Amino acid sequence: MSEVTGGVEMEEETGGTVKKFMFVNRKAPYGTIYALEALEVVLISAAFDQDVSLVFLDDGVYQLKKGQHTKAVDMKNFSPTYRALEGYDIDKLYVEKESLEQRGLTPDDLVVDVQVLSADEISKLMAEQDVVLSF
Amino acid sequence: MLHTVNKSPFQTRTLESCLRHALPGSAVLLIEDGVYAAMQGTPIADKVRAAMEQVRFYVLGPDLEARGMDGDKVIEGIEIVDYGGFVDLTIEYGTVQSWL
Repeated sequence: MSEVTGGVEMEEETGGTVKKFMFVNRKAPYGTIYALEALEVVLISAAFDQDVSLVFLDDGVYQLKKGQHTKAVDMKNFSPTYRALEGYDIDKLYVEKESLEQRGLTPDDLVVDVQVLSADEISKLMAEQDVVLSF
Repeated sequence: MLHTVNKSPFQTRTLESCLRHALPGSAVLLIEDGVYAAMQGTPIADKVRAAMEQVRFYVLGPDLEARGMDGDKVIEGIEIVDYGGFVDLTIEYGTVQSWL
């Protein structure tokens, strides 16, 4: 599996190896650094032309809530970045239905278009991945 | 006594621990990820409403705004305060217990 550490340019020339990466987001934004750090890694992964998907479950669904205004808490509002992911060819965003409903939220409350899936469906997607990174 | 809770009620049992120890006449201030407990339309809201019969509830406005939580959807009877209001509460209630 030496291709993992191989040069990026060389990988591109030969087509490289595309793996399925899933980022599992389970934390609310701002209270901890996990959400922002996950986003950083997702953006890095985009540079390597991998098959990337993002899953939001439990408090992770709060990361996508519309109307975040962080001026008063003096932190960076990174929620607009989720809308920029499409520009990096990251368009597989999945939100767990159960997590959304438990928090009284609907897809209309979110900053991006997502696919809402049941826990069962997300479990199956998770099992299909080569790499799962949890935040 | 003023109790502050800064954890999401969906992620930890911090709020429950707080409510188990908050005596009648004391106050609970929800801050940081604790503000999610102040919202209507969740299973947590019922627990908060029950506790509100004996304990006053406050929520920190700037933390609501940061998370995109609509002040209009805060449980009725919970007062939204700003940082100045936070300071006032610490003075009014004397001792502060932070449930971390």
